[in-house]
Amino acid sequence: MKTTLARLGGVYLLPVAIGIFTLFLIPTSTWLTLTIAGLAMGMMIFLMASGLSLIFGLMDVLNFGHSAFVSFGAFIAASVLAALSSWVSGGSAALNIAALLLAVAAATTFGAAAGWFFERVVVKPVYKDHLRQILVTMGALIVAEQLILAIWGGVPIAVPRPAVLEGSILIGNVAIETYRVFAFLLGLAVYVAMYLVLRRTRIGLLIRAGVENREMVEALGFRIDRLFIGVFMAGSALAAMGGAMWAGYQALITPTLGAEMMILVFIVVIIGGLGSIEGSLLGAIMVGLTANYVAFLMPKMALASNMILMMAILLWRPYGLKPAVQK
Amino acid sequence: MSAGGSALRLDDVHTDLGQHRILHGVSLDVPEGGVHVLLGRNGAGKTTTLRTIMGLWRARSGAIVFRHHDITAMATPDIARLGIAYVPENMGIFGGLTVEENMRLASNDGSFDKGRLDRIFALFPAMQKFWDKPAHALSGGQKQMLAISRAIIERRDLILIDEPTKGLAPSIIRAMIDAFREIAKETTILLVEQNFLFARSLGATVAVIDDGRIVHTGPMAELAADEALQTRLLSLSLEAHQ
Amino acid sequence: MTALSASPAFRRLPAGRLVVYAIVAVIGVVLVLAPFLLHGNVRGIDVAARICIFVVLVASYDLLIGYTGIVSFAHTMFFGLGAYGTAIALKAMGPGFSAILAGGAAGVACALVLAVLIGLLSLRVKAIFFAMVTLAAASVMLVLASQLSDITGGEDGLIYEIPRFFSPATKLLTGADGKVATLFGVPLNGRVALYYFVFLSALVLFLVMVRIVRSPLGTVLEAIRENETRAEAIGYRVVAYRTAIFCLAAVIAALAGILRAVWLKYAGPEAVLSFAIMIDILLMVVIGGMGTMIGAIIGVVIMSLAQFYLKDLMQAAADATSGLPLVPDLLNPDRWLLWLGLLFILLVYFFPAGIAGTLLGKGGHK
Repeated sequence: MKTTLARLGGVYLLPVAIGIFTLFLIPTSTWLTLTIAGLAMGMMIFLMASGLSLIFGLMDVLNFGHSAFVSFGAFIAASVLAALSSWVSGGSAALNIAALLLAVAAATTFGAAAGWFFERVVVKPVYKDHLRQILVTMGALIVAEQLILAIWGGVPIAVPRPAVLEGSILIGNVAIETYRVFAFLLGLAVYVAMYLVLRRTRIGLLIRAGVENREMVEALGFRIDRLFIGVFMAGSALAAMGGAMWAGYQALITPTLGAEMMILVFIVVIIGGLGSIEGSLLGAIMVGLTANYVAFLMPKMALASNMILMMAILLWRPYGLKPAVQK
Repeated sequence: MSAGGSALRLDDVHTDLGQHRILHGVSLDVPEGGVHVLLGRNGAGKTTTLRTIMGLWRARSGAIVFRHHDITAMATPDIARLGIAYVPENMGIFGGLTVEENMRLASNDGSFDKGRLDRIFALFPAMQKFWDKPAHALSGGQKQMLAISRAIIERRDLILIDEPTKGLAPSIIRAMIDAFREIAKETTILLVEQNFLFARSLGATVAVIDDGRIVHTGPMAELAADEALQTRLLSLSLEAHQ
Repeated sequence: MTALSASPAFRRLPAGRLVVYAIVAVIGVVLVLAPFLLHGNVRGIDVAARICIFVVLVASYDLLIGYTGIVSFAHTMFFGLGAYGTAIALKAMGPGFSAILAGGAAGVACALVLAVLIGLLSLRVKAIFFAMVTLAAASVMLVLASQLSDITGGEDGLIYEIPRFFSPATKLLTGADGKVATLFGVPLNGRVALYYFVFLSALVLFLVMVRIVRSPLGTVLEAIRENETRAEAIGYRVVAYRTAIFCLAAVIAALAGILRAVWLKYAGPEAVLSFAIMIDILLMVVIGGMGTMIGAIIGVVIMSLAQFYLKDLMQAAADATSGLPLVPDLLNPDRWLLWLGLLFILLVYFFPAGIAGTLLGKGGHK
């Protein structure tokens, strides 16, 4: 039984199990809509969580400022979309998409630059000192949130969504929001790209080795600090990309967006296991699906349900479902 | 400054860990070529000596010279790049990586020299057998073999090995002895050991460390022949006297 | 080495130590006499009571972060449980001491159970992991409090009466004329009694904590913080000790929550459960000095004063720079946390021991 399950995919079956279980509780057409929404949400959370998880795995740094990158990404994307409003609302699908891609690219670029600054200035002096790390990144989070308030003000900002991604595709009696499909595909593309880099390139090999044993990577002759900065920039860029996509999804954003998402991101990272992108993907999909199903079944339990999910998984596997380091 | 035929020289090296002083002036001369053994009981400072050489812990004072390079203050990756391989006590295997990936990391440009690879497979057939399996699935002895294979996948000038026989079955230890003899033909090995029988069958020279100081150096043959000296130096814990 | 015990330190009589004791003595005197010094100043008394309560809250957090090296973000959750327990009971059972007792006990019990659960579940893993788990738990509690509006009053919170004994109409002492007696012109009414109830409860709790860190338990905790592996090798059951101290801190935080609920006559998500309070606690304990206990007093007072004076200063600066772009926005008094955050980061880099720790000559926290 156990080996059969493992051959079929082991813990990867969990989201499928969640899906099948809820199929009995929810009318099929609604279930399909919710599932697409859950997958899209999961993919956006994956963008935010994978970077955090990798940064943690490689450097043993938990960056509480990570949520600031998410917020900044969302607001920068909103500003770019607002500036390109003629492209966004115009009839040309190409310009529509170009505007969104530009917005996401601007957010991502900012994320990478901010990540560089964060690693060099904020985190580097306190490597190996967990307590001060948590404090310093927490302080940086406070400052970053205040900066967002100072720049964009405290009021919610409307995010114009590209006209071509507005609305839904109707398949039978199932309505699927176009934007969700786009978000899912983008997230999937990023996952595949990350997977290929980690599995097929020498840099990826170094990162995977570094997550397991930094010291040995150095003893083999590699400068781990260069890897650190690269991964930190990439992780922060992904967070900002996730924030940008989330901004388009929500259509109305507030400065607390990053902090709100961060809870889900933490839950995802804990569920998935620190340091592995497979774990992050698995956790993100599970959290996205659970959030959507429960929001339909028991609206008040939406966030608590993910917390319960996390507790249950922690009891079962204290290091998460797919930790990078094999114990 | 000439190294005078020595691959590695430690001169009055002191190393602290936090408030604890571990090495109180270790001076050591590792001649070029062959297997050289650093013997000592648990906590004598063997591992600290190796880690200090690799730059993983910093010497508070003293000098470490590898060939003509003063490596005392060098960063670990630079020390490794000079041609020193390190096999730590816990073997430092990347469990999530395959055997191949573990070895590929250690090769200079990510590709393998066919001849070297074949020689490694001859020494440790298990490496070929488990080539594309994740390293965490290997047995303890196979992990040790992988750690050593990784150290010799490129020609290194010096290999530092920390207690390779720890917890291994006698049959594997015998295979290890043969492998080390083979490896020592092209490089210098500094071996840290507690197991005197193992050390005696390999070592050309021996240094005994106790309480952070070198208390004896000389040819292995001399120590192996002198029961009284062994008793005095090694009565501390070594398995030869059980 | 505890901060206050070593007698050789007294022989040296370092100036920093004297400064710390002098500051704390002044604060103590002001707090003891607050109803008289701040007579008629409702807001001032309010700040004094808040300082008393937060000293307890921050000191209990110091037990974790300073003495044990545990970073928890669930401290406001425990604080909130105490406050909500009291509030719900006062609302349901009517104003009475039995309601405070029952509700407070229920809140403390909830805090204890949750602390045990979280502790056993996740204290065996890395510090960072624990920080994440507590953060997630605290956020869920916050959401629950705002959503279970039938019980908690939702976003609006609960407003309720407290025992009549604490009302301004209560005469503690009556003078010859039958009216409430006065002392230095201050009527000795129920409000004064309430302040001293808060002050004395806080004082007792604070002294209990000082006693704890100077006991053998405190020594064990510091041994664990300094070197977990070694402590474990010596034979301390690290997880058990950590869980115990986490529970203790949770209980004390919940007790502080009771005081808060009684003083405010209100409990709501923003007032007793929000993440902003957690940030405040963190800033206070670091500014004051981790692992010193006495730093909690200094940190709380400084933060409380900064919230008023820093804002005034910033308003002046914002007015002066009103012609420039963005600068006035950054200097807007609402952005005071921005500057405090920067200050906080610099403090963690350069004075990790905080004000009290630095003055007391304790080395940087590792």
